[in-house]
Amino acid sequence: MHELAITQGVVDAVTERTGSAPVAVVRVRVGRLAGVVPDAMRFCFELVTAGTPLEGAELEIEQPEGRARCRSCGRNFALPDPVLLCRCGSADVEVLAGRELGVASVVMAEPAG
Amino acid sequence: MCGTCGCGEADVRVELLAFGPDRSGGPDRSRGPDQEEPAGHGHRHEPLTGVVDIETALLAKNDHLAGHNRAWLAERGIVALNLMSSPGSGKTSLLARTIAELTPSRPVSVIEGDQETRIDAERIRSTGAPVVQINTGAGCHLDADMLARGLAELRPPDGSLVFVENVGNLVCPALFDLGEAARIVVVSVTEGEDKPLKYPQMFSVADLVLINKVDLLPYVDVQLPRLVAHCRAVRPGVRVLPLSVTTGEGMAAWCDWLLTCDPVRR
Repeated sequence: MHELAITQGVVDAVTERTGSAPVAVVRVRVGRLAGVVPDAMRFCFELVTAGTPLEGAELEIEQPEGRARCRSCGRNFALPDPVLLCRCGSADVEVLAGRELGVASVVMAEPAG
Repeated sequence: MCGTCGCGEADVRVELLAFGPDRSGGPDRSRGPDQEEPAGHGHRHEPLTGVVDIETALLAKNDHLAGHNRAWLAERGIVALNLMSSPGSGKTSLLARTIAELTPSRPVSVIEGDQETRIDAERIRSTGAPVVQINTGAGCHLDADMLARGLAELRPPDGSLVFVENVGNLVCPALFDLGEAARIVVVSVTEGEDKPLKYPQMFSVADLVLINKVDLLPYVDVQLPRLVAHCRAVRPGVRVLPLSVTTGEGMAAWCDWLLTCDPVRR
């Protein structure tokens, strides 16, 4: 259940930047090959944000698809799982996208009144 | 709650098992790598409104601490190796036998990670090697801060080899850089030949895969070449060494590999 640690990291990364100001939306990027389960993150988010400026914020998770380039044949292709194999048979494959794991941005809550 | 790991920080216990008369003094924590980053905060002077870009990697804090560990180890010429596997693959038995084969030619010490008990550390201590047990409580993996605390307790000598036995778990430890020189994934033939495909994240970070319990191959439905091929499907070109801790087959090649390790990540 490393998603608990990862989600705690979301709170730390945001509050480091925004301090005690209340946050309405948190946008994170979790690539499909990053080894982190978005549903588990959502489950943890409510728990770890309780009592923080992120409490009650909406968690938006963008999930970039895996993409790779074959160094042997030059083909650029979708990578649905971390098995690095090109259709040409080569395993000499460079992962271009899908391993993202970070906080992209937040939307601050409207000041009261 | 711990800022890096999801566990309750108070739950993590780091304990040096008593070893020899000259190590009876209290450990000098100042000799360990940096353990805590001061709680940072933004240098903000105006109220923030609307959309605020953050663009921070979620493992940035752990990776930063891992960088401190790596530098601390490199300065001292210490090679730290992170051993990861499912529970029961034979990591502790492998370490006990490896220590017996390497000493006295090379000083070896061990940091043991488990959720609970000192059972593994006691097994290592019986080999004569200094050992620190880290109990993570609810935590499912070691992180860079825990390793820093373990190293501060262990105080390994310059130029030595430190084995870090991660919590038995084929999922979570893969994501946490500790500052190690190399990551070694151990898989035993009794686990089946499809483990690398079912847990690709773990095998994709391996610098070396050890296939243990090859003495049991006649009794299990596993083709060794297929298991090796599956390792390389998720980690192209990875070095794979089959061995048996029980019979000693393959141990010489493993010990040879250990002697080629540099403190800096390969």
